[in-house]
Amino acid sequence: MHADLVILNWHLFASGAWMTLQLTFLALAIGFSIALPAGLARARRVRVVSPLINGYVYLFRGTPLLVQTFLIYFGLAQFEWIRGSWAWTFLRDPWWCALIAFSLNSGAYGTEIIRGAIVTTGKGELEAAWALGLSRRQVDWLVLMPSALRRSLPQYGNEAVFMLQGSVVASVITLQDILGAGRTLNARYYLAYEGFLAAAILYMAITFLLVLAFRGLEGRYLRHLRPRGVR
Amino acid sequence: MESLIRYAPLLAGGAVVTLSLALLSLALATLLGGLGAAGKLGGGPFLRTLALAYTTVVRGAPDLVWLFLVYFGGQRLVNDITGALGLGQVAVTPFLAGVFTIGMIYGAYLTETFRGAYLTIPRGQTEAAMALGLRGLPLQRKVVIPQLIRFALPGYGNVWQVLVKATAIVSVIGLQDLVGLASDAGKSTREPFVFFSAVLLAYLLITWVSQTLLGLLERRAAAGFADAR
Repeated sequence: MHADLVILNWHLFASGAWMTLQLTFLALAIGFSIALPAGLARARRVRVVSPLINGYVYLFRGTPLLVQTFLIYFGLAQFEWIRGSWAWTFLRDPWWCALIAFSLNSGAYGTEIIRGAIVTTGKGELEAAWALGLSRRQVDWLVLMPSALRRSLPQYGNEAVFMLQGSVVASVITLQDILGAGRTLNARYYLAYEGFLAAAILYMAITFLLVLAFRGLEGRYLRHLRPRGVR
Repeated sequence: MESLIRYAPLLAGGAVVTLSLALLSLALATLLGGLGAAGKLGGGPFLRTLALAYTTVVRGAPDLVWLFLVYFGGQRLVNDITGALGLGQVAVTPFLAGVFTIGMIYGAYLTETFRGAYLTIPRGQTEAAMALGLRGLPLQRKVVIPQLIRFALPGYGNVWQVLVKATAIVSVIGLQDLVGLASDAGKSTREPFVFFSAVLLAYLLITWVSQTLLGLLERRAAAGFADAR
């Protein structure tokens, strides 16, 4: 066991952690901004749009993130017209390809979460809002969305952990994330497991912090749903 | 497009590798999930802690990290053992490492599925069976297990769907599964988009067929329940 080599190369893991966190949080943020309108459109069954979104969700939830990333990073390079376009500055870069794939993937899972939270909104909640004479838009943004988003927190917490752990795919397309750091360490010193073990511990620590953070958010925003007398 | 037809038999072979990897992993995961749930529900303090440590640690790190640990670290471990015993080299193949890793990870998820299903069985069911004189193994086999299967099936199906997709990562350590072969074919024909699209469709097909079969199984397991769909 060469723990000393891990400690000596701590900066590899530090910059790897930065890469992992960056990709995870950006993908979650972009994914959420896809999921919010898409989930609402699905819940409302907006004509034409809703089936299209359904296809998008089915495609991205039914296939591996690894293959989605490969399709964007390796696949798109097949076309001459893409390599000749302005988009090529982004699509030749593994970082942008990973971010695009992760965001689309997270957006698909997020859409289902938001849709589910919206359709399970208590009817009485909306009826009360209508009875108060709120306009449709006011009901949406002052009653429906705040209520649905709060209730989607536990599942969105799961999605955040899922995205964090899914982001290891970045290391397969040459990016130096946490796992990338572990692989570099092992290759450089002919180690069998030390780098991967260090990576596993780092991922566990971040997963734990993420779970704690969401538990804190739930404690704050779902307080009104807790049974009486339970703290 | 014609290159896809030319490579179709090869890719079909890759699909067989993907499916056998997934099915063997599921078998291992089911075994580990059963043991884990038994440990959490009926074990003493030691077994309970062990089962809790297993499900927490395994789910804390990404699948690819475990795969590398098992594949590279496992080879080292096997070498040390065979070396100490004076035996010849035994190779840890990507397929074996994949079955072990994915079985281990999804065993942790199935532990929770089985535990939850067990806790859903109404207490009166076992009480009634005991009042009729059933106990021990026959009680489990005739009363508990059939209901456990009914309650666990939806969760079990979800784990299977996620597990199938997870097998894709084993191509990273060189397994010639659907993804590995499509990757190679895409390189040699210079048509990676065509081949990766075909792989996406293949996974969608597997998901769709599984969904249909699982629906049939669920209906069968819920036979006799009016509200079952």
